[in-house]
Amino acid sequence: MITFMNNSDSEEESCNERTSLMSAESPPVPSYQDGLQASEAGEAQAHRKRRTGGSCNPTNMADGEAPGRGVPVRASTSESEEEELTLKYGAKHVIMLFVPVTLCMVVVVATIKSVRFYTEKNGQLIYTPFSEDTPSVGQRLLNSVLNTIIMISVIVVMTVFLVLLYKYRCYKFIHGWLILSSLMLLFLFTYIYLGEVLKTYNVAMDYPTLFLVIWNFGAVGMICIHWKGPLQLQQAYLIMISALMALVFIKYLPEWSAWVILGAISIYDLMAVLCPKGPLRMLVETAQERNEPIFPALIYSSAMIWTVGMAKPDTAPRGPSQQTWDAAEDGRENHRSPSHAASQMSETSPAPTHPITSLEELEEEERGVKLGLGDFIFYSVLVGKAAATASGDWNTTLACFVAILIGLCLTLLLLAVFKKALPALPISITFGLVFYFSTDNLVRPFMDTLASHQLYI
Amino acid sequence: PALGLFLFTIARDPLRIIILIAGAFFWLVSLLLSSLIWFIAVKASDPQDESLQKGLLIFGVMFSVLLQEAFRFLYYKLLRKAIEGLVALSEDGCSPISIQQMAYVAGVGFGLMSGAFSMINLLADALGPGTVGIHGDSQLYFLTSAFMTMVLIFLHTFWGILFFHGCEHRRWWEITAVVVMHLAVSGSTFCNPLYVGSLVPSYLLMAAAAAWAYSLSGGSTQNLRRFFLCKF
Repeated sequence: MITFMNNSDSEEESCNERTSLMSAESPPVPSYQDGLQASEAGEAQAHRKRRTGGSCNPTNMADGEAPGRGVPVRASTSESEEEELTLKYGAKHVIMLFVPVTLCMVVVVATIKSVRFYTEKNGQLIYTPFSEDTPSVGQRLLNSVLNTIIMISVIVVMTVFLVLLYKYRCYKFIHGWLILSSLMLLFLFTYIYLGEVLKTYNVAMDYPTLFLVIWNFGAVGMICIHWKGPLQLQQAYLIMISALMALVFIKYLPEWSAWVILGAISIYDLMAVLCPKGPLRMLVETAQERNEPIFPALIYSSAMIWTVGMAKPDTAPRGPSQQTWDAAEDGRENHRSPSHAASQMSETSPAPTHPITSLEELEEEERGVKLGLGDFIFYSVLVGKAAATASGDWNTTLACFVAILIGLCLTLLLLAVFKKALPALPISITFGLVFYFSTDNLVRPFMDTLASHQLYI
Repeated sequence: PALGLFLFTIARDPLRIIILIAGAFFWLVSLLLSSLIWFIAVKASDPQDESLQKGLLIFGVMFSVLLQEAFRFLYYKLLRKAIEGLVALSEDGCSPISIQQMAYVAGVGFGLMSGAFSMINLLADALGPGTVGIHGDSQLYFLTSAFMTMVLIFLHTFWGILFFHGCEHRRWWEITAVVVMHLAVSGSTFCNPLYVGSLVPSYLLMAAAAAWAYSLSGGSTQNLRRFFLCKF
């Protein structure tokens, strides 16, 4: 399991993906950004899976995370305890993921419903070159399928590119890429978003104030995501970034293409993570071999480890590494609760670990679950599209929302059972799509008729 | 009120939230299936015949009620299995959540979803401009809808408790009583807009169901008195 995650990496990747979307508006943007997104999504999912797996095996994490400790936390008894803890904490983790996903979706739906800009069709991305304004149904379907093929291939190329970069240790390149994309996302997209929201509510705003606000927002965001920052703030920024990205997707993807893309990307996700040759799986395994966290910036983590500095002399060399490890978004990894770890350590390694044990109790380890940002984005795209285009309005949106949450629940359950990285997209997106189409076409007429006669079921 | 119920009793415990969302999901699936049946029936019939359409609608409503109860039963089965799993997992051998709590949460889940689906388009339209009842319909449309929805949510909650209790103790008459009550409430809405025919019986039924559920959950008049005396 990956124990350490470099946040900056993942973020840059996510930025790249986002910036690739930007290329529709600003041609010079290289095309690899799209791939980043794909890889991001894939990684995010892979990470998510891994992370969830990690939570299941805290001993692994503990080993990986704190090599300096040299305490073999793993023991046969601990593993069964871990399993119990995993499942016991399972509900808590599910909620820890429910809340951000819900928040993201709420933001996207609220924006779609109120701001006119995001539902107007002002052109398409260069990644979906085929227009859907064709007269015949067959032509439209063909165009959307072609669009999807192009988009998915771009994503695959980007993912493979990213994996190659990672394999050959071109970390600087990846870092630079991620930083560039998060820059663009935080500043440009936020500027556009704020502009549209202010236009909708007819609020006057002068440029200096706007500049100040966006500068502050962007700078704090960059620091939070790529470096250190309070966990809640970082989570909030990741949610906002995902929402912005989802809004861009919703605006610039034509209707049928969007649905076909959603379906195709969940299939791709399934394959990329589970097939032995899949790029995401290779990425995960490489990162695990090297014992490093994968691109923290692309993953949403729900918990963080704060380590109080250990003053013991023999733990001193480990201390700083632990600090840096904690400082970076290590929190993503699932860690045992400190008391549990402490008791385990005292069980497994008596004397030398005792001082460490006592100090460890100061640590605030929490099992966290990690979910990739790509998952956030695509969930929000689904719900946002439902809100934007469904004629049943809120019923359809609500149905898709519940469907996605249930899919997430089931995925986490599977994660607890299988204990390895799993794709987060397929189940939820499948449920969401099924419910969207069925609610829009079947339930809506029924409910409308009931409501007009004021009958209740 | 339903939101208050949710906030005060359910939002604390993550397990309950999951059960709530799953309950809402089950209700949604039952609605889906019932609307599928209705849709097929409508498509297969003559769209011009008014009384036939009305008859189909009534049939759709009854069928939907039956399906909802069937799904409640399925959900009960699922929760039974889940409880066994949770008991096996917990450290001290007893489940972190009892079947009654689950019944309550499941009822709230059903109720919330049905209430949301009934009300939310109405609320969205209510935000916009317009006049209520401009074509000669009742002017109290929004008010009565709101009250009806509220009573339905509460009823779902109580029915959940009663239903699960009936399943637990194998008292079939309780289960049939729940189904009959549900049918009665839905049927009473057929005499809308004669609101007296639908709201009043619904509230009476709700009071009865509330008292019944309360007594099943172990309450008594003594508890009630103590509760009120402490507060006031």
